[in-house]
Amino acid sequence: MSEVKIVEAPPGIEGSGFFATSMEKVVGLARSHSLWPLPFATSCCGIEFMATMGSHYDFARFGSERPSFSPRQADLLMVMGTIAKKMGPVLKQVYLQMAEPRWVIAVGACASSGGIFDTYSVMQGIDEIIPVDVYVPGCPPRPEAIIDGFNKIQELVKHESLRRRESQEYKELLGRYGIQ
Amino acid sequence: MGKISNQQVIQSLTLKFGDRISVPNEPFGLLTFETSVDHISEVLRSLKEDKELKFNYLTDITGIHFPEQELSMGVIYHLHSLSNNVRVRIKVFLDIKAPHIPTATSLWEGANWMERETFDFFGIIFDGHPNLLRILNVDDMTVFPMRREHPLEDPNRVDKKDYFFGR
Amino acid sequence: MTNHPVFTDNDPQKETITLNLGPTHPATHGVFQNVLEMDGERIVSGVSTIGYIHRAFEKIAEHRPFYQITPLTDRMNYCSSPINNMGWHMTVEKLLGIETPKRVDYLRVIVMELARISDHLICNGILGVDTGAFTGFLYLMEEREHIYEIYEEICGARLTTNIGRIGGFERDFNDIAFAKIKNFLIKFPPILKEFEVLFNRNRIFIERTSGVAPVDPETALNYSWSGPILRATGVDYDVRVNEPYSSYQDFDFEIPVGTSGDVYDRYIVRNEEMWQSLRIIEQALQKIEKEPKGIFHANVPEFYLPPKEEVYNNMEALIYHFKIVMGEIETPKTEVYHAVEGGNGELGFYLVNDGGRSPYRLHFRRPSFINYQMYAPMSAGMLLSDAIINMSSLNVIAGELDA
Repeated sequence: MSEVKIVEAPPGIEGSGFFATSMEKVVGLARSHSLWPLPFATSCCGIEFMATMGSHYDFARFGSERPSFSPRQADLLMVMGTIAKKMGPVLKQVYLQMAEPRWVIAVGACASSGGIFDTYSVMQGIDEIIPVDVYVPGCPPRPEAIIDGFNKIQELVKHESLRRRESQEYKELLGRYGIQ
Repeated sequence: MGKISNQQVIQSLTLKFGDRISVPNEPFGLLTFETSVDHISEVLRSLKEDKELKFNYLTDITGIHFPEQELSMGVIYHLHSLSNNVRVRIKVFLDIKAPHIPTATSLWEGANWMERETFDFFGIIFDGHPNLLRILNVDDMTVFPMRREHPLEDPNRVDKKDYFFGR
Repeated sequence: MTNHPVFTDNDPQKETITLNLGPTHPATHGVFQNVLEMDGERIVSGVSTIGYIHRAFEKIAEHRPFYQITPLTDRMNYCSSPINNMGWHMTVEKLLGIETPKRVDYLRVIVMELARISDHLICNGILGVDTGAFTGFLYLMEEREHIYEIYEEICGARLTTNIGRIGGFERDFNDIAFAKIKNFLIKFPPILKEFEVLFNRNRIFIERTSGVAPVDPETALNYSWSGPILRATGVDYDVRVNEPYSSYQDFDFEIPVGTSGDVYDRYIVRNEEMWQSLRIIEQALQKIEKEPKGIFHANVPEFYLPPKEEVYNNMEALIYHFKIVMGEIETPKTEVYHAVEGGNGELGFYLVNDGGRSPYRLHFRRPSFINYQMYAPMSAGMLLSDAIINMSSLNVIAGELDA
């Protein structure tokens, strides 16, 4: 047997030559292990992300070998660093260009809530303009913390219902941010 | 300290400008003097082009606001003579109702963004600047944030409860 | 610069396109925008927009006591935050007239030179990535992890270190820290040598970077450049040698100076500076052996917090602790300017004090901000790929650009 660990198959009915399970579980499993992140790195947390992508902490083993810098091809928007009010519209445009299903992780204190910068020019958290799924606190968070946040996103992705993005609740959530 | 001492710089300056500059003093060894808006271009040019002094490096331009003073806006230049290893600080104070001062971009190209930053923060207008626009803040901001009366925090925040912050 | 093709008026190819090298771009290291007018592959002109991460440091500093401004200074040039911290502490010490003992100076020199190495590692690694060579970057990031381990041993944090206090350090370097530094001095030079072997005489790298964006010294001085990029043009201005601070005059090191100021020279100057930094750290370790052990801060009870055991048992220490934290101690009402040699150039702190707990005005003379203003005029007439390499060799750190 090889040393490579493979994930367990979801519960289902097995037979010779077929395996029956629900579509959600299979799609969730596939998606969660191949998320393509968009590193939206603005400041110090971006450098910690570079350390996470490096060989010591190796972010790529979770399936994110290809960080996409184009929002059209990305699943996960990782906002790392302070977002100033000047940058807010840019962030919103990048978020709008992403295709569903999309997730957002706010890495660092500045992206979660403005951090130590309670000033006239800093947006106090990116959840003023886009919906956020996971917040990773820290200033900057250790690479282990970023990986932990990513694992939580993977849990969310694995168990997400296929119909969530068309549901009324989700549309209301986006409506609160002014996104159609 | 350097090849030219502060005394020599003071002598050379008082010879040329006499009473158009204030009496220089030296906080922590850095020669500092004040001059007025009408003479600042001349002072800077002669400091840069003087064959002995050679203040050819513009370290920084910044602003300051003293609301209690009559001339409340200040522009502060730091110059450095690399070959003589001497620094000098020049202060010019302006009236807040008409804060105009001639630009230094004709002498040093590096003054371009430094003056834009000072304009962005204090509202000081540099006459003759090629592109005097806001540089760090959002373009449609109407106030000048580094003036003393402007608050630090965003006044439009609704979610910060004063009760928890001791106000 | 070079001539670009001239078209007649009826030619449909005459129109230039506007390319937005926007705030979010994989090649720009940080958030700044360049709107470029392109004529095919050649840039005709460009306009830079910055301020996308303006966090109003100077305004915040007017509302914080001196010891709370250190975490702010961390976040300016976050690739080499100990240098910012030390520069700020030295500015306050200059204001208050505190003289630090030699051992503290030497410890500070070790930390600052490690930070300088870490800054240049990122810059040269990313320069490699921008030319397409990803491997060198991965090797160097591993070395940055070792530097982070040293910082953790000294102050507890990896990146935004908040190292030191006004008057020295908060705790002495323990034996593990010294062991890690010595280990770094043994393990790092072969890796740097391997990196140089990959890049210095690499035909592709030389063709990509040599002759790109040469700058003559007069233009560089006119634009107030400083740091490795100024030294690459031929001007040997280094704040550590011109106005030595923290006992740099006791050390024996050279300033590498380039000739043409192009991207290759800047890369070589940064590499050579890393070798010189290693030399300085070795000398500092030897000098520390000769100093009396255990001194890690100056004797200034009015500004240096006493240890907690004394605060709970000793009346004087309690009073000092109260006065320091509440800001009851008088400070001189004057102004001071202090400059240190940051990773990108002369990092200056202009502090105007009015005697209270916080500064009246604190201005940071940020080298990245001043170096970057030449980028748009410099890129006129260049090819787009050369302009990208030029930007990454200027080592513009967004936090320092916008402050």
